Amino acid sequence: MAINWFKYSSPSSFYPLAGKMIPLFMTLAVLLTLGGLYWGFFETPDVLSDQKQYYRIIYVHVASAWMAMWLYVVMVAWAVLGLIFNTRMSYMLASATAVTGAIMTALSLWTGAFWGQTSWGTWWDWDPRMTSQLILLFLYIGYIALQSAIEDNRRSDRASAVLAIVGLAVVPVIYYSINCPNPNECASLHQESSLKRVEPNILIAMLVVTAGFWMYCFAVILMRVRNIILQRESHTQWVDRLKDKK
Amino acid sequence: MFDAFLALLKRDLLLALRRRSDILTVLFFFIIVVSIFPLGISFEQAVLQKIAPGVVWVAALLASTLALERIFANDYADGTLEQMLLTPQPLSVLVFAKTLAHWLLTGLPLVLIAPLAGLQYHLSASTIGTLMLVLLIGTPILSMIGAIGAALTLGLRGGGVLISLLVLPLYIPVLVYGSGAIAAAAQGDVSLQPYYLLLSAFLLLALVFTPWATAASLRISVE
Repeated sequence: MAINWFKYSSPSSFYPLAGKMIPLFMTLAVLLTLGGLYWGFFETPDVLSDQKQYYRIIYVHVASAWMAMWLYVVMVAWAVLGLIFNTRMSYMLASATAVTGAIMTALSLWTGAFWGQTSWGTWWDWDPRMTSQLILLFLYIGYIALQSAIEDNRRSDRASAVLAIVGLAVVPVIYYSINCPNPNECASLHQESSLKRVEPNILIAMLVVTAGFWMYCFAVILMRVRNIILQRESHTQWVDRLKDKK
Repeated sequence: MFDAFLALLKRDLLLALRRRSDILTVLFFFIIVVSIFPLGISFEQAVLQKIAPGVVWVAALLASTLALERIFANDYADGTLEQMLLTPQPLSVLVFAKTLAHWLLTGLPLVLIAPLAGLQYHLSASTIGTLMLVLLIGTPILSMIGAIGAALTLGLRGGGVLISLLVLPLYIPVLVYGSGAIAAAAQGDVSLQPYYLLLSAFLLLALVFTPWATAASLRISVE
């Protein structure tokens, strides 16, 4: 069966579709997050390597840090689609994603500060991963700032899309430069990625919470994009008819 | 194509030399920023030598973003930019000429004045040599990345502050290795070659990609 993907690139047909998907994603988000947190709090060992109970913030911290990175890629993907196909819907999704991404980045920095205080004894350290997360927050903020500074929607969409793509191209270089400020030798405080050595129960709980976070992000991005659609299409007939229905 | 490049470069330089105050403002901004740091921190020789690389580079980044708005703003205001977009010449080449002119007027003076900053911070002669060399490799990258920001924010209210917000995070790799090289030179026993190679690699990448991205941004902003 051939599906016409472009059907949903029009705001008037995407709006009801998003409306139908939101409850589904929200339900999944609540179930997965609560399930994962339950598993993480009650079915896992009390100690992770040398860390005591406080390691359990890992479920929120790692999930939000992953979302922060992935959402940036999602945002750039929508921006690229927008530039290629010139579809308004893609830009709207990109800008809706940016806000959620920025919130996730802030959340990961915040929970990270708590974790750092308990396990390293400091709220903040200029460790490579923390620093790159901070830079990621700056990139999100730059994107949002540029978008809101330009009043013409068409220009703001495309300009911020270019900015997002440039950002993605520079991110690996920034990441490398922060990770290895002295090219003659490299070091970092965060341990190397240790997913393989983690207790399976902890890992499962973490992955389930992450899936829950994905669903939550989908749901709020769709909610936000519905607002953006209504705002931008407020002059059209179909939005007027929507008002009459209520 | 090359003629157009040269003509535009000459025109931009000539225009700027007729209004010298613009160039001098950026230069003095750099000197003032570098000079007030010791007042706020300490006059101790050891401390100054320690903070010199970071201070000089941050001052260079700020001075560079300060001047970015002017790359396209005047041409945009009087309509010249639109004519440039309409010419059969590839826009990326024209953009590169303008960026190069901008660097010659704001980046190169910083490189030349940098030894003064080095003396203020008690750096040794060889360290000052490194300082000039990394600034020489690094400041063109700042101008080229900055040109993208300038093109994206063309004609916006409060564009100047917005540019800083957009491009400062993108300047980080240059800052890290630029100041790293100076610190390593001051330390003495470390090989400087990796720093030079990395900075040169950034410069080459910027040379290839930024004129193209700037041209795309200009078309979006002007259409």
